[in-house]
Amino acid sequence: MRITQGCFSFLPDLTDDQIRAQVQYCIDKGFAVNIEFTDDPHPRNTFWELWDLPMFDISDAGAVMLELAACRKVHAGRAYIRISGFDASPGWESIRISFLVDRPREEPGFRLSRQQGRGRSLRYTTEAYSASRPEGQRY
Amino acid sequence: MATRSTEAPPETIDLRRELTETRAQEVLDELDRELIGLATVKARIKQIVALLAMDRVRRRLGLASEAPTLHMSFTGNPGTGKTTVGLKMARILHELGYLRKGHLVSVTRDDLVGQYVGHTAPKTKEILKKAMGGVLFIDEAYYLYRQENERDYGQEAIEILLQVMENQRDDLVVIVAGYANRMDQFFHSNPGFRSRIAHHVDFPDYTHAELMAIATRMLTALNYRLSPAGVVALEAYIGARRQQPHFANARSIRNALDRARLRHANRHFERAEPISHDDLVTIDAPDVLASRVFDLSRIIERPD
Repeated sequence: MRITQGCFSFLPDLTDDQIRAQVQYCIDKGFAVNIEFTDDPHPRNTFWELWDLPMFDISDAGAVMLELAACRKVHAGRAYIRISGFDASPGWESIRISFLVDRPREEPGFRLSRQQGRGRSLRYTTEAYSASRPEGQRY
Repeated sequence: MATRSTEAPPETIDLRRELTETRAQEVLDELDRELIGLATVKARIKQIVALLAMDRVRRRLGLASEAPTLHMSFTGNPGTGKTTVGLKMARILHELGYLRKGHLVSVTRDDLVGQYVGHTAPKTKEILKKAMGGVLFIDEAYYLYRQENERDYGQEAIEILLQVMENQRDDLVVIVAGYANRMDQFFHSNPGFRSRIAHHVDFPDYTHAELMAIATRMLTALNYRLSPAGVVALEAYIGARRQQPHFANARSIRNALDRARLRHANRHFERAEPISHDDLVTIDAPDVLASRVFDLSRIIERPD
């Protein structure tokens, strides 16, 4: 199941040139660009791991592409990788843009579980299959 | 080539136009105008620019030419304009389309080499990332390599630099700068560095007349001028300063002028009567002659 998230989620996966152009846009706008990865693509999972450090003070997308290549070397094929742009100009940092740049080879998708409550009420929850594997197999 | 031939390439190509259109010529003219002397350096830069402009045309016409190596080494004594030329070079490369941004990041050993194990690589990478799309200017690059200490972290920084210089050739240009003889030693002990550097530019010392011209220009930029006696004094000053250690060409001149302005201000403050507009802008002989340089040269070298 192909999971989409964030900006451009309605588009096919971006090519490297397109990623570079988007990153350059972020940099030109003065955002700090981050590369993050996770194996748990649940939409409410806000705790993606940061690759390297946030990239402040860079002026060319080449730097981000370099780090992305390094991150892919380690995580390509088994993790979701996304790029986000933090905007600090209002005085507090907020994400202005965030888009997926890589995805695992196999995307098992989500499991829907139902919890039966009192009086025949049902509560639904989703859970990523990839996050349900035991510890040793997950990372 | 078969697909190319249908396009009917233009008969002649105007190389001059290539330079003016890309505004590289503008920067070259600026270089000529703003920097006094340095004839050999300017000639060398023009050669490099000619080659790059030619490459650009060739690439546009589909004649194979791979991305050239652009890393450079600027050697020369302090204050001979290495950083200034580096800045101009960054702009030229940007105008010709060899650099995407054309900014210059100037660093020394401190910025690249860490203080403990594992500190160097992230630090060097951080700087390299900042320099992407522009020029990384490493001042006194030979300090990166410390021969006497084989466990020095500088070696690690050099390795990362070499790797990026090779693989990210179209992302950034590295310029190493420093004294000629120490740079030679550095290249000798790091042959990998030498082979990755395409252009070696040597910066000669300024002549007496050139230093005078530089001084005049600096003062004009600050809306000062020298009185005739001041000119004589400054000429004597340059002659004396040259003989002393740590002479840093144009930088020494700038410092000397800064101190002369200080004395100039002081001299007028100590006078009771109001000063004229002329006094305000004229640096006179006493402002220059009060320099410590004259005492030293009298004691050490000049018997008269």
